[in-house]
Amino acid sequence: MTTTVESGATRVEDTHASRDRIASVLQSYGAAIVLGLLVIVGSIAFPTFATAGNFANIATQSSFLLVVAAGMTFVILTGGIDLSVGSVFALGGVLAAYGSSFGLAGALLFPLIVCGAIGALQGFLIAYGKMAPFIVTLAGLLGVRGLVLASTGGGSTTPLVTDEGVIALGQDSLFGLHWPVVIAVAIIAIGTLLLARTSGGLSILAVGGSESAATLMGLPVARVKFGVYVISGLCAGLAGALNAAYSSSGVPTVGVGLELNAISAVVIGGTLLVGGRGNLIGTVAGVLLLSVIQNLINQVGSLSSSVQAVVSGGFLAAVVIIQTVLSRTQRL
Amino acid sequence: MTQPTISTRIPNRSAALGILQRYGVYLAIVLLLIYDLFFTPNFFAIDNFRTQFVQVVPVLIVALGMALVIGTEGIDLSVGAVMALAASVIPLYIGYGVVPAVLIAIFVGAVIGAFNGVMVALIGVQPIVATLAVMVAGRGLALLVANEQLKSVTDPGVLALGRDSLAGVPYSVIIAVILVAGVALLVNKTTFGKQLIAVGGSRRASELAGLPVKRILLLTYVLAASLAAVAGVIGTARLGASVPSTIGNLIELSAITAVVVGGTPLTGGQVKVIGTVAGALLLQFISATLIKHNVPDAYSQVAQAVIILVAVYIQRGKVSVR
Repeated sequence: MTTTVESGATRVEDTHASRDRIASVLQSYGAAIVLGLLVIVGSIAFPTFATAGNFANIATQSSFLLVVAAGMTFVILTGGIDLSVGSVFALGGVLAAYGSSFGLAGALLFPLIVCGAIGALQGFLIAYGKMAPFIVTLAGLLGVRGLVLASTGGGSTTPLVTDEGVIALGQDSLFGLHWPVVIAVAIIAIGTLLLARTSGGLSILAVGGSESAATLMGLPVARVKFGVYVISGLCAGLAGALNAAYSSSGVPTVGVGLELNAISAVVIGGTLLVGGRGNLIGTVAGVLLLSVIQNLINQVGSLSSSVQAVVSGGFLAAVVIIQTVLSRTQRL
Repeated sequence: MTQPTISTRIPNRSAALGILQRYGVYLAIVLLLIYDLFFTPNFFAIDNFRTQFVQVVPVLIVALGMALVIGTEGIDLSVGAVMALAASVIPLYIGYGVVPAVLIAIFVGAVIGAFNGVMVALIGVQPIVATLAVMVAGRGLALLVANEQLKSVTDPGVLALGRDSLAGVPYSVIIAVILVAGVALLVNKTTFGKQLIAVGGSRRASELAGLPVKRILLLTYVLAASLAAVAGVIGTARLGASVPSTIGNLIELSAITAVVVGGTPLTGGQVKVIGTVAGALLLQFISATLIKHNVPDAYSQVAQAVIILVAVYIQRGKVSVR
């Protein structure tokens, strides 16, 4: 008698546990699974889709957003948000173009220092000034775009990249992949290690999970929050610099709305907006998913970019609805 | 010896801060207008003020809805897309007359708002992502509806809405004033308004108190989107053309800024309707002043950014005071 009851109980627990596992796997790898399906469908439907050239093209197109989204992932993991990345991206590009007259070092250091400082200023106001991230970075979005326009004569001049080393950074390849792709992959690898293996990374997750608990544990909450905005500023600035190298000019109008793409990619990748949970691999899947959708729509040819907006937006809605429903079943 | 001085100084400072928190935006408008009176040529002219009021109307109407949503501790990024959708359906239905076309445009907005509301209230998606998805998809949908084309609207009724005035006051301004009064009454005098603020203050407590939290949230998003649709109609009427590709672009940011500068905290539980009007006017006057002094757009954006930060920094202490 007792044994049957016990086994019944364990079986109930088992199904609960396995349903939880399925939900959690779907949440973490849902984007990767859908990405895989899309690639398979695309390969069958379009002969020009599954070619090495097209994949390399997708990788290059994704790399800039990926670097931005990597920084955004860190911010969102703490429960924050960074709306300024699109403007910082443009600033990074313009500064890289100006800095390229001092060679490769100038083209990279100049944007990194300034964009890192902007991230630091925002992080300071958020972490130590206790202001809402949404508002601070909204002001950043406006203010930094203003700086971009101010430094380019109201957006009328486009500084060109003159240094050949810088252009090579954007356009040359390593094993068939453009350097920006290689750099993006390196950032994802380093970031993943940082999140999973260092105390700083675990602190980020802890702060996002529960700020008050993290404070009670004695974690340096303010420093962690400050740090993620610096990381985000650096990433956005670097992505802008790489984009400028790739297109050999610092166009002052790029990056409008980029913050929305980055946030979408991060959320589609399974990182919760409330923080505390998510990873960079999911973000990679999210970014690639957005790029592959765009690429497939281009393959069809007759469809416009409006269709792409509808598909991406609908996709984002579907993903967040499923995520929310899943996280609710997990809680029960 | 030192104690009395401390005890007199601290209340003074907090009282000053309190006044700044409550009336800062009005004070800023007054200071700016005084500056304009002396240093900005052609600012104090009836024509200029008429232009300023006409220009602020779309942002102001969108900001009214945004204030309601922010009052519930939410945010609505989709308002610009809703404006575009409202604009895109007007040419389709203008053949039936002005009133049906406008009503359908507002209805389309309400449907989008209901979609936002269902995601936020019933499913529990975070407002910022739910409305972000609608923002991206909505603008695309508007472009598809309009076949990605600019369509001129030549109906005299619609054009009158955008260009004519009653006793010197443009129709669009009259509509805005009526909507402001309506929203102010809604927030301050109706049960729904009290419930909305209660939900924003503490959703959990409102649920425990037996308030229909989901219905309140749903209705708030429907209202916000309907107001955005009205703004889309007015914007279309003023241009005399339906331009879904650009109408309402980035208006969500201006509206949020107006609401926050006007003293409504992003944490919900309060709605300052008149403050929102003042916030929108302040932003409008600032950009007008900068334009009249030939300050490049770039610096006016930086100025806006600084104003947002200062406004929010001053209000920061509010939570602890409460």
